[in-house]
Amino acid sequence: MSDHATMQAIARLVPEGARVLDLGCGNGALLDHLQRERGCTGYGIEIDDDNVLACVRRGVNVIQLNLDEGLAMFGDNSFDVVLQIDTLQHLRNAEVMLRETARVGRSGIVAFPNFAHWPNRLSVLRGRMPVTRRLPYQWYDTPNIRVGTYKDFEVLAHKNKLRILDAFGLQDGREVRWLPNARAGTAVFRFEHD
Amino acid sequence: MPGFFMSFIATPQSMHFAEALPLISGAAIRDYTLAYETYGQLNADKSNAVLVCHALNASHHVAGVYEGELRSEGWWDNMIGPGKPVDTNRFFVIGVNNLGSCFGSTGPMHQHPDTGEVYGADFPVVTVEDWVNAQARLLDRLGIGQLAAVLGGSLGGMQALSWTLQYPERTRHAVVVASAPNLTAENIAFNEVARRAIVTDPDFHGGHFYRHGVIPQRGLRIARMIGHITYLSDDVMNEKFGRQLREGMDLKYSTQDVEFQIESYLRYQGDKFSEYFDANTYLLITRALDYFDPALRHGGSLAQALAVARAKFLLVSFTTDWRFSPQRSREIVQALLENRRDVSYAEIDAPHGHDAFLLDDARYMGVMRSYFDSISKELA
Repeated sequence: MSDHATMQAIARLVPEGARVLDLGCGNGALLDHLQRERGCTGYGIEIDDDNVLACVRRGVNVIQLNLDEGLAMFGDNSFDVVLQIDTLQHLRNAEVMLRETARVGRSGIVAFPNFAHWPNRLSVLRGRMPVTRRLPYQWYDTPNIRVGTYKDFEVLAHKNKLRILDAFGLQDGREVRWLPNARAGTAVFRFEHD
Repeated sequence: MPGFFMSFIATPQSMHFAEALPLISGAAIRDYTLAYETYGQLNADKSNAVLVCHALNASHHVAGVYEGELRSEGWWDNMIGPGKPVDTNRFFVIGVNNLGSCFGSTGPMHQHPDTGEVYGADFPVVTVEDWVNAQARLLDRLGIGQLAAVLGGSLGGMQALSWTLQYPERTRHAVVVASAPNLTAENIAFNEVARRAIVTDPDFHGGHFYRHGVIPQRGLRIARMIGHITYLSDDVMNEKFGRQLREGMDLKYSTQDVEFQIESYLRYQGDKFSEYFDANTYLLITRALDYFDPALRHGGSLAQALAVARAKFLLVSFTTDWRFSPQRSREIVQALLENRRDVSYAEIDAPHGHDAFLLDDARYMGVMRSYFDSISKELA
């Protein structure tokens, strides 16, 4: 989900000057963009050596941590926004991390591949797991260990008493607000805790 | 052209300081000399200076070679030099030998200016903070107001951290490698065993062995053997030595002969060390390690201690380093986060234990190079 339009769609959700924690920040492109274009400050968390190096190279604060070990290093409400962009689907403890995201951030933004996007449904109807541009892996080598849908996340957010401030789908860099669970390859949620 | 032909010539220098340096202990030291080396050129606005702080058994000879001396590379020659991660084509790098050391700066083997006697055990106890103050005075003399970066590993990392607290306005970046905000009880315990080995050597003479024309080499050997074990990892020792015997395949059934390769290796390391290192220096430097604890004056809160820091930080730790474990670096990271300071942290999955900070690892070198590249972009 590295294309520029998608990144900008996510960046628009982050208030100017916000203090941001980006969980699974990849090569730091989004944080870099937020710092340069929106005057944000903050840190990325990454486990991968090459991504850590890429962040240091572009001058983005990065902390090498395994998210499956939790966010004990960070205090309650210590960030304006905590981002989980294409991270949730890789986490063993996805629900714990969602709660941690809500604890550490005054608000959270989660984006992940929506498995209920219609081409995925079609593929499963045909009896095969989807392999698409958005989900380019075979079932046996995918790093996506959590496969959920837009609607599934609504249920999980409700269960964890998160207040959804905004929710929509993203497809080809454009917001999808009508039937997002079927019409968008990416689900985006902005929420806060009670 | 292969790298080893390109090692540049380093020239040791020294600077004398007549005025007394007040020490944290309440004592003072005057008429002292600091040995140092510099590499690269200080730029016109003096903004490209990088200070490298050394650890227990290293010195001001950080990089380059001495003219006409084989195998005289500085202790961080793989990190610092032309085209290296800390590139001396862009940075003016300074290495300083700390007070109390035995490589050129004033130490226990030199004369006390009042009595004319060799200091020996009377050399004042020096702390990390004292070393930083002494380094700052050297920088004053060199006309350097602010450092582009201060850099150190292990005990050197403690000095880098301390720079950001003692001279926050003089430190733009701090690079703290394989270090800790203080020593754990286990770590102090290792130091104490090493000190007891030295102090109980009959040739120690209460620290005044110079007068007797002897050196407590037995104590130094054992101190080094203990230290050396803690700088390696179990895996690396097993890989390097395993249970290999020194000679042949048969056990000698002797309790005193060298049987295993690891014994032979440790004895060799101990022998080598005891020939060049000063016993009082070993005591002084391990004590400085024990005492370092910037959180102490802040009710144990490292976050409060770091509140004055203004530098941007890079911290690096190594997964198999059990003497200065990643957890200790994370404590520093957490305290910096609480203070909203700029910090990056790399945890390098290297097998070599604490020694990894001196070795080549592509990920480690890559992060260091990238960080210093980004610092150099800030230079005019």
